[in-house]
Amino acid sequence: MKHTEIAIVGGGPAGLSAGIVAARLGAQVTVIDDNPRLGGQLIKQTHKFFGSRTHYCGTRGVDIAAILEQELRKTGAEIVLNTTVIGHFQPNILGLASSQQFTKLTYDRLIIATGAYENNVLFENNDLPGVYGAGAVQTLMNVYGIRPGKRVLMIGSGNIGLIVSYQLLQADVEVAAVVEALPYIGGYHVHAAKLRRCGVPILTSHTIKAALGKEYVTGAVICRVNRKFRPIKGSERKLKVDTICLAVGLSPLIELLSQIDCYLVYIPELGGLVAWHDENLQTSVPGVYVAGDVSGIEEASTAILEGRIAGAHAFLSLKGKEANPEAEAIIRDARRELAVIRQGPFGEKAARGKRQLQQYTPARPVIQQ
Amino acid sequence: MSRKTSEPKETRITNHPILTFNRGKKVTFYFEGKPMQGYLGETIAAALVANGVKVFRYTEKHKRARGFFCAVGKCSSCLMVVDGVPNTMVCMEPLREGVRVERQHGRGKL
Repeated sequence: MKHTEIAIVGGGPAGLSAGIVAARLGAQVTVIDDNPRLGGQLIKQTHKFFGSRTHYCGTRGVDIAAILEQELRKTGAEIVLNTTVIGHFQPNILGLASSQQFTKLTYDRLIIATGAYENNVLFENNDLPGVYGAGAVQTLMNVYGIRPGKRVLMIGSGNIGLIVSYQLLQADVEVAAVVEALPYIGGYHVHAAKLRRCGVPILTSHTIKAALGKEYVTGAVICRVNRKFRPIKGSERKLKVDTICLAVGLSPLIELLSQIDCYLVYIPELGGLVAWHDENLQTSVPGVYVAGDVSGIEEASTAILEGRIAGAHAFLSLKGKEANPEAEAIIRDARRELAVIRQGPFGEKAARGKRQLQQYTPARPVIQQ
Repeated sequence: MSRKTSEPKETRITNHPILTFNRGKKVTFYFEGKPMQGYLGETIAAALVANGVKVFRYTEKHKRARGFFCAVGKCSSCLMVVDGVPNTMVCMEPLREGVRVERQHGRGKL
Protein backbone atom coordinates (compact mmCIF):
# COMPACT_ATOMS: atom_id res chain seq x y z
CA MET A 1 0.00 0.00 0.00
CA LYS A 2 1.33 3.42 -0.94
CA HIS A 3 1.68 6.17 1.62
CA THR A 4 1.67 9.94 1.35
CA GLU A 5 2.11 12.60 4.01
CA ILE A 6 -0.64 14.86 2.73
CA ALA A 7 -3.32 13.51 0.39
CA ILE A 8 -5.44 16.06 -1.45
CA VAL A 9 -8.66 15.00 -3.13
CA GLY A 10 -9.50 17.35 -5.98
CA GLY A 11 -7.23 19.37 -8.27
CA GLY A 12 -9.27 22.56 -8.62
CA PRO A 13 -8.22 25.96 -7.29
CA ALA A 14 -8.47 24.87 -3.63
CA GLY A 15 -6.70 21.53 -4.00
CA LEU A 16 -3.96 22.94 -6.22
CA SER A 17 -3.28 25.83 -3.81
CA ALA A 18 -3.23 23.48 -0.84
CA GLY A 19 -0.80 21.22 -2.68
CA ILE A 20 1.49 24.07 -3.73
CA VAL A 21 1.69 25.48 -0.20
CA ALA A 22 2.15 22.16 1.60
CA ALA A 23 4.75 20.88 -0.86
CA ARG A 24 6.70 24.15 -0.86
CA LEU A 25 6.80 24.10 2.93
CA GLY A 26 8.34 20.66 2.74
CA ALA A 27 5.62 18.01 2.92
CA GLN A 28 5.29 15.08 0.58
CA VAL A 29 2.02 15.67 -1.23
CA THR A 30 -0.26 13.63 -3.50
CA VAL A 31 -3.06 15.34 -5.45
CA ILE A 32 -5.76 13.07 -6.86
CA ASP A 33 -8.31 14.15 -9.48
CA ASP A 34 -10.81 12.23 -11.56
CA ASN A 35 -10.28 14.41 -14.61
CA PRO A 36 -7.59 14.02 -17.27
CA ARG A 37 -6.49 17.59 -16.53
CA LEU A 38 -5.83 19.65 -13.41
CA GLY A 39 -7.64 22.94 -12.77
CA GLY A 40 -11.16 21.80 -11.86
CA GLN A 41 -13.81 24.19 -13.10
CA LEU A 42 -11.22 26.88 -13.83
CA ILE A 43 -10.39 25.26 -17.16
CA LYS A 44 -13.77 26.28 -18.54
CA GLN A 45 -13.76 29.85 -17.24
CA THR A 46 -12.94 32.16 -20.11
CA HIS A 47 -13.85 35.39 -18.33
CA LYS A 48 -11.38 37.56 -16.49
CA PHE A 49 -11.59 37.30 -12.74
CA PHE A 50 -12.34 40.17 -10.41
CA GLY A 51 -11.06 40.31 -6.91
CA SER A 52 -7.97 41.27 -5.10
CA ARG A 53 -4.67 42.22 -6.68
CA THR A 54 -2.88 39.16 -5.35
CA HIS A 55 -5.46 36.73 -6.65
CA TYR A 56 -5.09 36.79 -10.37
CA CYS A 57 -7.59 39.58 -10.89
CA GLY A 58 -7.79 40.40 -14.60
CA THR A 59 -6.65 36.88 -15.51
CA ARG A 60 -8.94 34.37 -17.20
CA GLY A 61 -9.82 31.27 -15.21
CA VAL A 62 -8.30 28.94 -17.77
CA ASP A 63 -4.99 30.80 -17.46
CA ILE A 64 -5.14 30.69 -13.64
CA ALA A 65 -5.51 26.91 -13.91
CA ALA A 66 -2.36 26.73 -16.02
CA ILE A 67 -0.40 28.93 -13.57
CA LEU A 68 -1.45 26.84 -10.56
CA GLU A 69 -0.73 23.57 -12.34
CA GLN A 70 2.74 24.76 -13.30
CA GLU A 71 3.44 25.86 -9.72
CA LEU A 72 2.33 22.51 -8.35
CA ARG A 73 4.37 20.53 -10.87
CA LYS A 74 7.46 22.57 -9.94
CA THR A 75 7.19 21.37 -6.34
CA GLY A 76 7.52 17.75 -7.42
CA ALA A 77 4.25 16.80 -5.75
CA GLU A 78 2.77 13.55 -6.97
CA ILE A 79 -0.19 14.08 -9.29
CA VAL A 80 -2.66 11.26 -9.91
CA LEU A 81 -5.14 11.98 -12.71
CA ASN A 82 -8.08 10.05 -14.21
CA THR A 83 -8.57 8.56 -10.76
CA THR A 84 -11.61 8.78 -8.52
CA VAL A 85 -11.40 8.50 -4.75
CA ILE A 86 -14.31 6.12 -4.31
CA GLY A 87 -14.09 5.47 -0.62
CA HIS A 88 -12.43 6.02 2.71
CA PHE A 89 -11.52 3.19 5.04
CA GLN A 90 -10.63 3.56 8.69
CA PRO A 91 -8.41 4.87 9.95
CA ASN A 92 -6.56 6.64 7.11
CA ILE A 93 -6.94 4.75 3.85
CA LEU A 94 -8.29 6.11 0.59
CA GLY A 95 -9.64 3.81 -2.11
CA LEU A 96 -8.58 4.97 -5.57
CA ALA A 97 -10.22 3.76 -8.78
CA SER A 98 -8.93 4.41 -12.27
CA SER A 99 -10.37 2.81 -15.39
CA GLN A 100 -8.90 -0.64 -14.81
CA GLN A 101 -7.40 -0.53 -11.36
CA PHE A 102 -8.23 -0.21 -7.68
CA THR A 103 -5.43 0.87 -5.34
CA LYS A 104 -5.16 2.08 -1.78
CA LEU A 105 -3.34 5.08 -0.41
CA THR A 106 -2.67 5.86 3.23
CA TYR A 107 -2.14 9.39 4.46
CA ASP A 108 -1.10 11.38 7.52
CA ARG A 109 -3.24 14.40 6.68
CA LEU A 110 -6.17 14.59 4.27
CA ILE A 111 -7.45 17.68 2.47
CA ILE A 112 -10.80 17.29 0.78
CA ALA A 113 -11.32 19.79 -2.01
CA THR A 114 -13.95 18.00 -4.05
CA GLY A 115 -15.84 21.15 -4.98
CA ALA A 116 -19.53 21.20 -5.72
CA TYR A 117 -22.23 19.75 -7.89
CA GLU A 118 -24.88 21.61 -9.81
CA ASN A 119 -28.37 21.87 -8.40
CA ASN A 120 -31.33 20.76 -10.41
CA VAL A 121 -34.73 22.38 -10.49
CA LEU A 122 -38.13 20.79 -10.70
CA PHE A 123 -40.14 21.12 -13.88
CA GLU A 124 -41.94 18.78 -16.23
CA ASN A 125 -39.53 16.85 -18.49
CA ASN A 126 -36.43 18.13 -16.72
CA ASP A 127 -34.73 14.83 -17.62
CA LEU A 128 -34.98 15.32 -21.41
CA PRO A 129 -31.77 15.29 -23.40
CA GLY A 130 -30.98 18.93 -24.16
CA VAL A 131 -31.37 19.96 -20.51
CA TYR A 132 -27.82 20.66 -19.37
CA GLY A 133 -26.11 21.84 -16.26
CA ALA A 134 -24.29 25.12 -16.83
CA GLY A 135 -20.97 23.41 -16.15
CA ALA A 136 -21.61 20.89 -18.92
CA VAL A 137 -22.41 23.66 -21.37
CA GLN A 138 -19.15 25.35 -20.41
CA THR A 139 -17.22 22.11 -20.83
CA LEU A 140 -18.62 21.52 -24.29
CA MET A 141 -18.12 25.09 -25.45
CA ASN A 142 -14.95 26.21 -23.75
CA VAL A 143 -12.96 23.01 -23.35
CA TYR A 144 -13.94 21.10 -26.49
CA GLY A 145 -15.20 23.89 -28.73
CA ILE A 146 -18.58 22.27 -29.36
CA ARG A 147 -21.88 24.14 -29.40
CA PRO A 148 -24.45 22.45 -27.17
CA GLY A 149 -27.29 23.65 -29.40
CA LYS A 150 -28.53 26.51 -31.51
CA ARG A 151 -30.90 28.34 -29.18
CA VAL A 152 -30.67 28.21 -25.42
CA LEU A 153 -32.92 29.10 -22.54
CA MET A 154 -30.89 29.93 -19.43
CA ILE A 155 -32.41 29.21 -16.03
CA GLY A 156 -30.91 31.41 -13.31
CA SER A 157 -29.38 34.89 -13.37
CA GLY A 158 -26.62 34.38 -10.82
CA ASN A 159 -23.10 35.00 -12.03
CA ILE A 160 -22.84 31.54 -13.57
CA GLY A 161 -26.08 31.98 -15.53
CA LEU A 162 -25.04 35.42 -16.75
CA ILE A 163 -21.47 34.50 -17.62
CA VAL A 164 -22.40 31.27 -19.42
CA SER A 165 -25.09 33.14 -21.38
CA TYR A 166 -22.47 35.61 -22.56
CA GLN A 167 -20.08 32.77 -23.39
CA LEU A 168 -22.86 31.18 -25.48
CA LEU A 169 -23.13 34.41 -27.47
CA GLN A 170 -19.35 34.40 -27.94
CA ALA A 171 -19.68 30.88 -29.33
CA ASP A 172 -22.33 32.15 -31.75
CA VAL A 173 -25.22 30.41 -30.01
CA GLU A 174 -28.46 32.28 -29.58
CA VAL A 175 -29.76 32.88 -26.06
CA ALA A 176 -33.56 33.13 -26.11
CA ALA A 177 -33.82 34.48 -22.57
CA VAL A 178 -32.50 34.24 -19.06
CA VAL A 179 -35.23 33.48 -16.51
CA GLU A 180 -34.92 34.25 -12.83
CA ALA A 181 -37.46 33.40 -10.15
CA LEU A 182 -36.34 36.23 -7.87
CA PRO A 183 -37.65 39.72 -8.59
CA TYR A 184 -34.09 40.90 -9.25
CA ILE A 185 -30.97 39.78 -11.10
CA GLY A 186 -28.76 37.59 -8.92
CA GLY A 187 -25.30 38.23 -10.37
CA TYR A 188 -23.03 41.20 -10.96
CA HIS A 189 -24.49 44.14 -12.83
CA VAL A 190 -21.54 44.22 -15.23
CA HIS A 191 -22.33 40.70 -16.50
CA ALA A 192 -26.04 41.44 -16.82
CA ALA A 193 -25.36 44.68 -18.67
CA LYS A 194 -23.25 42.89 -21.27
CA LEU A 195 -26.14 40.52 -22.00
CA ARG A 196 -28.68 43.30 -22.15
CA ARG A 197 -26.52 45.19 -24.62
CA CYS A 198 -26.62 42.12 -26.85
CA GLY A 199 -30.40 42.13 -26.66
CA VAL A 200 -30.88 39.09 -24.43
CA PRO A 201 -33.98 39.49 -22.26
CA ILE A 202 -33.45 38.81 -18.56
CA LEU A 203 -36.87 37.89 -17.23
CA THR A 204 -37.05 38.33 -13.45
CA SER A 205 -39.99 36.85 -11.50
CA HIS A 206 -40.12 34.12 -14.13
CA THR A 207 -39.59 30.39 -14.00
CA ILE A 208 -39.61 27.38 -16.28
CA LYS A 209 -42.71 25.22 -16.17
CA ALA A 210 -41.89 22.51 -18.64
CA ALA A 211 -39.49 21.32 -21.27
CA LEU A 212 -41.17 20.32 -24.51
CA GLY A 213 -40.17 17.44 -26.72
CA LYS A 214 -40.37 13.67 -26.82
CA GLU A 215 -36.82 12.42 -27.25
CA TYR A 216 -35.03 15.74 -26.74
CA VAL A 217 -35.78 19.38 -26.05
CA THR A 218 -37.67 21.22 -28.77
CA GLY A 219 -39.01 24.03 -26.64
CA ALA A 220 -39.81 25.31 -23.17
CA VAL A 221 -42.79 26.77 -21.34
CA ILE A 222 -41.98 29.68 -19.06
CA CYS A 223 -44.29 31.71 -16.85
CA ARG A 224 -44.30 34.55 -14.39
CA VAL A 225 -44.26 33.83 -10.66
CA ASN A 226 -45.73 35.76 -7.76
CA ARG A 227 -43.81 36.84 -4.67
CA LYS A 228 -44.22 33.40 -3.18
CA PHE A 229 -42.68 31.92 -6.34
CA ARG A 230 -46.02 30.39 -7.38
CA PRO A 231 -46.73 30.36 -11.13
CA ILE A 232 -49.24 32.99 -12.23
CA LYS A 233 -52.01 31.36 -14.27
CA GLY A 234 -52.34 32.56 -17.82
CA SER A 235 -48.81 33.96 -17.93
CA GLU A 236 -47.36 30.90 -19.65
CA ARG A 237 -45.61 31.24 -22.96
CA LYS A 238 -43.71 28.91 -25.21
CA LEU A 239 -40.16 29.45 -26.38
CA LYS A 240 -38.63 27.57 -29.25
CA VAL A 241 -35.28 26.35 -27.92
CA ASP A 242 -33.22 23.19 -28.34
CA THR A 243 -31.24 23.57 -25.14
CA ILE A 244 -32.18 24.42 -21.56
CA CYS A 245 -29.26 25.34 -19.36
CA LEU A 246 -29.61 25.13 -15.57
CA ALA A 247 -27.62 27.62 -13.51
CA VAL A 248 -29.51 27.39 -10.26
CA GLY A 249 -26.76 27.07 -7.73
CA LEU A 250 -24.38 24.48 -6.42
CA SER A 251 -24.24 21.98 -3.56
CA PRO A 252 -21.03 20.90 -1.83
CA LEU A 253 -19.80 17.40 -2.74
CA ILE A 254 -19.65 16.01 0.78
CA GLU A 255 -19.91 12.25 0.19
CA LEU A 256 -16.36 11.49 1.32
CA LEU A 257 -16.68 13.73 4.36
CA SER A 258 -19.89 11.99 5.27
CA GLN A 259 -18.22 8.62 4.97
CA ILE A 260 -15.32 9.75 7.16
CA ASP A 261 -18.01 10.72 9.67
CA CYS A 262 -17.14 14.39 9.78
CA TYR A 263 -19.72 16.44 11.63
CA LEU A 264 -22.04 17.87 8.96
CA VAL A 265 -24.20 20.95 9.36
CA TYR A 266 -26.94 22.28 7.08
CA ILE A 267 -26.24 25.93 6.25
CA PRO A 268 -28.30 27.31 3.34
CA GLU A 269 -25.88 30.25 2.94
CA LEU A 270 -23.08 27.77 2.24
CA GLY A 271 -25.10 25.74 -0.27
CA GLY A 272 -26.50 23.02 1.99
CA LEU A 273 -24.74 20.34 4.00
CA VAL A 274 -21.14 21.21 4.79
CA ALA A 275 -18.53 19.71 7.07
CA TRP A 276 -18.09 21.72 10.23
CA HIS A 277 -14.63 23.25 10.22
CA ASP A 278 -12.57 25.62 12.29
CA GLU A 279 -10.72 28.66 10.98
CA ASN A 280 -7.83 26.43 9.90
CA LEU A 281 -10.31 24.50 7.74
CA GLN A 282 -9.92 21.42 9.95
CA THR A 283 -13.07 19.31 10.28
CA SER A 284 -14.32 17.56 13.41
CA VAL A 285 -12.12 14.59 12.49
CA PRO A 286 -8.54 15.48 13.40
CA GLY A 287 -6.22 15.63 10.42
CA VAL A 288 -9.04 15.91 7.89
CA TYR A 289 -9.40 19.32 6.22
CA VAL A 290 -11.74 20.92 3.71
CA ALA A 291 -11.08 23.75 1.26
CA GLY A 292 -12.99 25.48 -1.51
CA ASP A 293 -16.61 24.98 -2.52
CA VAL A 294 -16.95 21.76 -0.52
CA SER A 295 -16.54 23.87 2.64
CA GLY A 296 -19.27 26.26 1.47
CA ILE A 297 -20.09 27.60 -1.99
CA GLU A 298 -18.05 30.68 -2.79
CA GLU A 299 -15.68 31.47 -5.65
CA ALA A 300 -12.26 30.59 -7.03
CA SER A 301 -10.40 33.34 -5.17
CA THR A 302 -11.69 32.22 -1.78
CA ALA A 303 -11.05 28.60 -2.74
CA ILE A 304 -7.41 29.48 -3.41
CA LEU A 305 -7.08 31.18 -0.03
CA GLU A 306 -8.80 28.35 1.83
CA GLY A 307 -6.52 25.91 0.05
CA ARG A 308 -3.47 27.82 1.26
CA ILE A 309 -4.72 27.78 4.85
CA ALA A 310 -5.58 24.08 4.77
CA GLY A 311 -2.28 23.19 3.11
CA ALA A 312 -0.23 25.24 5.55
CA HIS A 313 -2.07 24.00 8.61
CA ALA A 314 -1.91 20.38 7.52
CA PHE A 315 1.85 20.85 7.22
CA LEU A 316 2.06 22.63 10.58
CA SER A 317 0.08 20.00 12.43
CA LEU A 318 2.16 17.24 10.87
CA LYS A 319 5.67 18.65 11.13
CA GLY A 320 5.43 21.32 13.81
CA LYS A 321 6.21 25.02 13.84
CA GLU A 322 9.96 24.53 13.83
CA ALA A 323 9.92 22.61 10.55
CA ASN A 324 9.12 25.77 8.61
CA PRO A 325 8.26 29.06 10.30
CA GLU A 326 6.65 30.33 7.08
CA ALA A 327 3.58 28.16 7.59
CA GLU A 328 2.10 30.40 10.26
CA ALA A 329 2.64 33.52 8.18
CA ILE A 330 0.86 31.91 5.20
CA ILE A 331 -2.14 31.09 7.35
CA ARG A 332 -2.23 34.58 8.85
CA ASP A 333 -2.02 36.33 5.48
CA ALA A 334 -4.61 34.12 3.81
CA ARG A 335 -7.04 34.60 6.68
CA ARG A 336 -6.68 38.35 6.46
CA GLU A 337 -7.32 38.32 2.71
CA LEU A 338 -10.32 36.04 3.10
CA ALA A 339 -11.82 38.47 5.60
CA VAL A 340 -11.39 41.32 3.10
CA ILE A 341 -13.09 39.40 0.26
CA ARG A 342 -15.94 38.33 2.50
CA GLN A 343 -16.60 41.93 3.52
CA GLY A 344 -17.72 42.76 -0.03
CA PRO A 345 -21.39 42.63 -1.02
CA PHE A 346 -21.02 39.26 -2.75
CA GLY A 347 -18.87 37.71 -0.05
CA GLU A 348 -21.20 38.69 2.71
CA LYS A 349 -23.54 35.72 2.33
CA ALA A 350 -20.72 33.20 2.69
CA ALA A 351 -19.33 35.17 5.63
CA ARG A 352 -22.71 34.87 7.33
CA GLY A 353 -22.76 31.15 6.63
CA LYS A 354 -19.27 30.64 8.03
CA ARG A 355 -20.27 32.55 11.19
CA GLN A 356 -23.33 30.36 11.58
CA LEU A 357 -21.15 27.30 11.29
CA GLN A 358 -19.18 28.43 14.32
CA GLN A 359 -22.32 28.38 16.42
CA TYR A 360 -22.35 24.62 16.16
CA THR A 361 -20.06 22.49 18.24
CA PRO A 362 -18.75 19.34 16.66
CA ALA A 363 -19.73 16.07 18.29
CA ARG A 364 -16.05 15.32 18.55
CA PRO A 365 -13.65 18.07 19.53
CA VAL A 366 -10.90 19.18 17.20
CA ILE A 367 -7.51 18.44 18.68
CA GLN A 368 -5.53 21.64 18.64
CA GLN A 369 -1.97 21.05 17.55
CA MET B 1 -21.82 40.90 -31.31
CA SER B 2 -25.33 40.28 -32.56
CA ARG B 3 -27.84 37.62 -31.81
CA LYS B 4 -28.09 35.98 -35.18
CA THR B 5 -31.30 34.19 -35.93
CA SER B 6 -30.01 30.83 -36.78
CA GLU B 7 -29.53 29.17 -40.05
CA PRO B 8 -28.02 25.72 -39.47
CA LYS B 9 -24.66 26.10 -37.76
CA GLU B 10 -21.77 23.78 -37.39
CA THR B 11 -21.58 22.23 -33.95
CA ARG B 12 -17.82 22.71 -33.89
CA ILE B 13 -16.62 26.21 -33.05
CA THR B 14 -13.90 27.41 -35.40
CA ASN B 15 -13.79 31.14 -34.70
CA HIS B 16 -13.88 32.21 -31.06
CA PRO B 17 -13.09 35.68 -29.74
CA ILE B 18 -11.01 34.34 -26.83
CA LEU B 19 -10.22 30.68 -27.24
CA THR B 20 -8.34 28.64 -29.77
CA PHE B 21 -9.02 24.94 -29.79
CA ASN B 22 -6.05 22.68 -30.31
CA ARG B 23 -7.80 19.52 -31.33
CA GLY B 24 -5.95 16.25 -31.38
CA LYS B 25 -5.74 13.77 -34.23
CA LYS B 26 -8.97 13.17 -36.13
CA VAL B 27 -10.23 9.63 -35.55
CA THR B 28 -13.15 7.49 -36.60
CA PHE B 29 -15.40 5.85 -34.04
CA TYR B 30 -18.71 4.04 -34.29
CA PHE B 31 -22.07 5.00 -32.81
CA GLU B 32 -24.63 2.22 -33.14
CA GLY B 33 -22.48 0.84 -35.95
CA LYS B 34 -22.38 4.13 -37.83
CA PRO B 35 -18.93 5.68 -38.40
CA MET B 36 -18.42 9.15 -36.96
CA GLN B 37 -15.47 11.50 -36.64
CA GLY B 38 -14.03 13.00 -33.49
CA TYR B 39 -10.72 14.19 -32.12
CA LEU B 40 -8.32 12.60 -29.68
CA GLY B 41 -8.28 14.55 -26.43
CA GLU B 42 -12.05 14.90 -26.22
CA THR B 43 -14.46 12.66 -24.39
CA ILE B 44 -16.81 10.24 -26.14
CA ALA B 45 -19.75 12.36 -24.94
CA ALA B 46 -18.30 15.52 -26.49
CA ALA B 47 -17.68 13.73 -29.81
CA LEU B 48 -21.26 12.41 -29.82
CA VAL B 49 -22.75 15.87 -29.20
CA ALA B 50 -20.52 17.25 -31.96
CA ASN B 51 -22.07 14.64 -34.27
CA GLY B 52 -25.58 15.65 -33.29
CA VAL B 53 -26.30 12.66 -31.04
CA LYS B 54 -28.64 13.71 -28.26
CA VAL B 55 -30.00 10.46 -26.80
CA PHE B 56 -27.36 8.42 -24.96
CA ARG B 57 -29.51 5.84 -23.24
CA TYR B 58 -33.04 4.80 -22.23
CA THR B 59 -34.06 4.21 -18.64
CA GLU B 60 -35.03 0.78 -17.31
CA LYS B 61 -38.60 1.35 -16.20
CA HIS B 62 -40.11 4.21 -18.15
CA LYS B 63 -37.80 4.01 -21.19
CA ARG B 64 -37.11 7.73 -20.85
CA ALA B 65 -34.41 9.17 -23.07
CA ARG B 66 -31.29 10.41 -21.30
CA GLY B 67 -28.57 12.64 -22.69
CA PHE B 68 -25.51 14.60 -21.71
CA PHE B 69 -26.14 16.43 -18.45
CA CYS B 70 -23.35 17.15 -15.96
CA ALA B 71 -20.11 16.48 -17.84
CA VAL B 72 -18.23 15.85 -14.60
CA GLY B 73 -18.85 12.15 -13.98
CA LYS B 74 -21.46 12.60 -11.30
CA CYS B 75 -25.00 12.29 -12.63
CA SER B 76 -25.00 8.94 -14.52
CA SER B 77 -27.17 10.37 -17.29
CA CYS B 78 -24.56 9.44 -19.91
CA LEU B 79 -24.08 5.72 -19.19
CA MET B 80 -23.49 3.90 -22.47
CA VAL B 81 -22.12 0.61 -23.78
CA VAL B 82 -18.53 1.21 -24.85
CA ASP B 83 -16.71 -1.63 -26.62
CA GLY B 84 -19.27 -3.94 -25.05
CA VAL B 85 -18.85 -2.60 -21.51
CA PRO B 86 -22.13 -1.22 -20.13
CA ASN B 87 -22.50 1.63 -17.63
CA THR B 88 -19.53 3.52 -19.02
CA MET B 89 -19.67 7.22 -18.16
CA VAL B 90 -18.95 8.64 -21.59
CA CYS B 91 -18.54 12.19 -20.25
CA MET B 92 -15.32 11.04 -18.61
CA GLU B 93 -14.23 8.39 -21.12
CA PRO B 94 -11.60 9.58 -23.61
CA LEU B 95 -12.36 9.03 -27.29
CA ARG B 96 -10.22 6.36 -28.93
CA GLU B 97 -9.72 5.37 -32.54
CA GLY B 98 -12.28 2.78 -33.59
CA VAL B 99 -14.15 2.71 -30.27
CA ARG B 100 -17.67 1.26 -30.54
CA VAL B 101 -20.35 3.15 -28.67
CA GLU B 102 -23.91 1.98 -28.23
CA ARG B 103 -26.96 3.39 -26.50
CA GLN B 104 -27.70 1.58 -23.28
CA HIS B 105 -31.18 0.20 -22.70
CA GLY B 106 -32.04 -0.19 -19.04
CA ARG B 107 -29.30 -1.28 -16.73
CA GLY B 108 -27.10 -2.94 -19.32
CA LYS B 109 -25.94 -6.54 -19.32
CA LEU B 110 -22.54 -7.69 -18.16
